[in-house]
Amino acid sequence: MFTKLKSLLYNNEVRAILFQILAVVVIAYFAYQAFDNMMLNIEQRGIRSGFSFLNDEAGFAVNDNFFLEYSPASTNLQAFYVGIVNTLIVAITGIFLASIIGLIVGISRLSSNYLIRKMAAIYIEIFRNIPILLQILFWYSIALSAFPSPKNSINFFDSIFLNSRGLYLPKPIMDGQFYFVVASLIVGIVSYIFIKKRSDKKHDETGIKTNTIPYFLGLVLLLPVVVYFIFGVQLEYPVLKGFNFRGGVDLSIEFFALAFSLSIYTATYIAEAIRSGVESVDKGQKEAAAALGLKDSWAMRLIILPQALRVAIPPIINQYLNLTKNSSLAAAVGYTELVTIFSGTVLNVVGQAIEIIMLTMLVYLTISLVISLILNIFNKKMQIKGG
Amino acid sequence: MAIYSLKETKLPPQSQTKAILWLKDNLFSSVSNVALTFIALYLIYLLLPPILNWTIFNANFDLTADNQSCGREGACWAFIGSNLKMFIYGFYPQEELWRVNTMFGIIVALMVFGSLIKKSQYWARYIIGSFLIYPIVAFILLHGGLGLEVVETDKWGGLTLTVVVAAVGIVASFPLGILFALGRQSKMRIVKFISVVYIEFVRGVPLITILFMASVVLPLFFSAGMDFDKLLRALIGITLFQTAYIAEVIRGGLQAIPKGQYEAADAVGLNFIQKTVLVILPQALKISIPNIVGSFIALFKDTTLVLIIGLFDMLAIVGAATSNSAWLGRTTEGYVFVAMVIWVILYSMSRYSKRLEVRFSTEHK
Repeated sequence: MFTKLKSLLYNNEVRAILFQILAVVVIAYFAYQAFDNMMLNIEQRGIRSGFSFLNDEAGFAVNDNFFLEYSPASTNLQAFYVGIVNTLIVAITGIFLASIIGLIVGISRLSSNYLIRKMAAIYIEIFRNIPILLQILFWYSIALSAFPSPKNSINFFDSIFLNSRGLYLPKPIMDGQFYFVVASLIVGIVSYIFIKKRSDKKHDETGIKTNTIPYFLGLVLLLPVVVYFIFGVQLEYPVLKGFNFRGGVDLSIEFFALAFSLSIYTATYIAEAIRSGVESVDKGQKEAAAALGLKDSWAMRLIILPQALRVAIPPIINQYLNLTKNSSLAAAVGYTELVTIFSGTVLNVVGQAIEIIMLTMLVYLTISLVISLILNIFNKKMQIKGG
Repeated sequence: MAIYSLKETKLPPQSQTKAILWLKDNLFSSVSNVALTFIALYLIYLLLPPILNWTIFNANFDLTADNQSCGREGACWAFIGSNLKMFIYGFYPQEELWRVNTMFGIIVALMVFGSLIKKSQYWARYIIGSFLIYPIVAFILLHGGLGLEVVETDKWGGLTLTVVVAAVGIVASFPLGILFALGRQSKMRIVKFISVVYIEFVRGVPLITILFMASVVLPLFFSAGMDFDKLLRALIGITLFQTAYIAEVIRGGLQAIPKGQYEAADAVGLNFIQKTVLVILPQALKISIPNIVGSFIALFKDTTLVLIIGLFDMLAIVGAATSNSAWLGRTTEGYVFVAMVIWVILYSMSRYSKRLEVRFSTEHK
């Protein structure tokens, strides 16, 4: 009996179960203690709990607001949505710019031109090794002092103004005419994609190449412009009133400082990813391309890059996620995105730290999840088939 | 019969000598290359002079100057000179600064001694011993106690604070990270589940939200009597954050260990702890060292975020120093100085990690 029990105790599976029960008990105990203390603390400090605060009036103004209806009389929930939209806007802008800069720098890093190669390397080494928060604060302070005051704004055609508060653009008034232009743009893009697909198919089958650039210019660029001139769109122009501009779309200087810093910081990582991708392509591929008589630029575009991107894109997508997470540093300069609005202003007013920070984290978790989903799909699609 | 005499050797033609050949190959090999060279030169022309003018040629290096006499055309390095102590020590009391210096001195001494006995059999013990004992010594030196006057943590700041936060984050997250990495690799379902949820949760949210949580939510979880130090809260946040990243790095190392190693350890009759500590971890950690250093570099960069929850690290000192009316408007100098200091630290760390990578990769060839 005793030896049986002893042997049971030395059985690996039994041990595993015992250990797990122990782990669960310990965690449950601490969780219970924490919860208990939390309830007590909340009661003592007179903090509300629950999510009813979302329906309260927010009571604060937001600098950057693009699509949503928002005023200080709106609810906290609406402020939350504005925060999410602004996070996404700065993240998408940053991702777009970082990809372009990263691609240019990454390819420059491999250039046969000594100066270009060295400059790209120096760029990467400098901006990668300075904390992003420091870069944001630095560019923000530079932007604040470099641009003129609203009274002396840099003026383009009396409709676009740039000053130390931000960039002010005319805003199209959303009515029938505006939707015509948007619709024509969508039609243009869709039909261009269709034409491009057909010409690609023709190229695959017969080897005859059609130049689709005129179609692109005509459908995507010219068509909306023509529609714009035929129907016309009412624009709301920004006007200087008192100390600042009113009306139109305004992009705050905080937005620019943040988007700029995020993109030049993340671009260094993207450039490195592209470089390591290109370097991962077997040398024989380049030689084979040369042996076929392809020009260097063609070999790069048709042979090297497609293979390099397979390696480079997963880390690049990870960098996109990092950029999105880093956009939360807006709190340091006051661009009104999720963390600034919600974990900052709303938290200060309402004081319900647990709910607010949980909601904030939930948004970022969702974004992370979506991005890793995209990454998985990409990896599946890119897997070398057969073999 | 013709007689051939040896001809005098000629120098290579002008176009094939070193400097010109190099220029031709690297800068002017084709039309597009020439264009690129000119674009690069133009960019340099555009960027370099203003930067050099501001930092050097128009700058005022007179360290006794004040804000007015410094001028506005260039940098005023007197700002750094007169605030240097604040940048390094924060608001640490003047007469106690020797304690911070001693703390830094001991680190340097430990590292020098460590590199001297690298080949010795006691090296591993020495490293582990210093990791265990040094933090206690450093804490007593910085905070006080044992006859030293207590300096509250709100007086800590500047580079000292940056180093403290990074060092605590590194030292504390390392064992925790190993635990979570092992947990994630474990066959025990519940343990694995907990580890995966923790790691993925932390990696999915920005550090700043974790710092907010540590500074605002965490105190709510403890009974009201416990007074939480602001620095301690930041340290907990940083450690929780870093743990998840270290765990992932170490997991990468664990996955690279061939199955045979586990089986061999089992075959010799080692139990789980012996197997892990003596066979698996030494190999896994060795493989992951370059990535661990990389993760520490990232942590060092991230420590700047503590300024958002109101600690005065080196970056926050810029704000504090320029809010003093004597140095209004010198933020650029401050940021540039801090950027240079942090850059030097991070660049040398990343060089070091590159060297490690090379050192460890050659062993397998």
